[in-house]
Amino acid sequence: MTVARILVPPTAKRGELVELRIAIQHPMETGFRMDNNGKVIPKNTVHTLLCRYNGSEVFRAEMGSGIAANPYLQFYIIAQDSGNIEFSWVDDRGEKGAASSPITVTA
Amino acid sequence: MMRRFQLLLLTLASISAFAAQPFRPDPLKSGLEFSGAEVRALYQDDFSSPAMLWTTRGEKLWNEPAGTSQKSCASCHQDARTRMKGVSAKYPKVDRGTAQLTNIEGRVNQCRTQNQQAEPLRYDSDELLALTAYVGLQSRGQAVNVTIDAQNRRNFERGRDMFFTRMGQMNLACTHCHDRNFGRKLLNDTVSQGHSNPYPAYRLEWQTMGSLHRRLRACFFGVRAEMPASGSQDLLDLELFLAWRAQGLKVETPGVRK
Repeated sequence: MTVARILVPPTAKRGELVELRIAIQHPMETGFRMDNNGKVIPKNTVHTLLCRYNGSEVFRAEMGSGIAANPYLQFYIIAQDSGNIEFSWVDDRGEKGAASSPITVTA
Repeated sequence: MMRRFQLLLLTLASISAFAAQPFRPDPLKSGLEFSGAEVRALYQDDFSSPAMLWTTRGEKLWNEPAGTSQKSCASCHQDARTRMKGVSAKYPKVDRGTAQLTNIEGRVNQCRTQNQQAEPLRYDSDELLALTAYVGLQSRGQAVNVTIDAQNRRNFERGRDMFFTRMGQMNLACTHCHDRNFGRKLLNDTVSQGHSNPYPAYRLEWQTMGSLHRRLRACFFGVRAEMPASGSQDLLDLELFLAWRAQGLKVETPGVRK
């Protein structure tokens, strides 16, 4: 079960810089560690994170073994129209996660 | 003369009462005060605190039916935000039914096996950490408050003795670092007073959430002593003593530590 927390301000003015935050619960296994029996634990990281604003891609992050467990990202977009902000991500095992939040943009 | 004798007796009595109380650091300081600025900032902003991912999951689990009874925690306890307020600040306590000392982890698993007819959750599993962190969150900011009475006196004394007994290859007791040398450096770290109030907590070293027992085992490992199992009687007794020792400090669950 993937758990994520996102923070999208519910309202914004048109043209305003809007801060978005996302935290995903994920071990971000590097592939360099071994278990108690000396067997390599396979690499498993959230390799791609996408953010779509009303369907168009506004942000993309490609992550690897250098990112700590439970990645936390914070970035900015410019508010244009009311609509939905959708986050989606996928890890090396192919497990997908998604979260979204509406935003109301006033003139 | 008689009056003076009475006064002497009174003084003696108060001295011996004082001696019966084990040593406690004064003033009590939360481990957060010994942490670096970055760790404090991480804890103080609820969104950036990685520990909050576990409470978010805990909230979901609280409302999810489990076991053959198909009851969720909320079926009996309703809303945790009101019904679980201040609960974890009073743990560990002696369970009325079994007359055994129980901590929050034990209490959750007791509910699972007896009321929900479900499998108990493994100690330090993400699910148990999520539930205990979520229950603990409802007591955040309240003072740790356990009472030592006839029922748990024996556990308290065993925990106290463990705290003051030298152990392991290093031949150190808890008191040597956490009573006598807090605030000083141990390699790169500042030694804290060793309080239990932030647990379960997210530790950057672990890159995940962990229970108090996991943290205590790390200290046993540090002094090269045999590590008691998580949830064992030894660690439960020690947990009770630590709760008594941290009395008055505010619950910080879910904490963040280096």
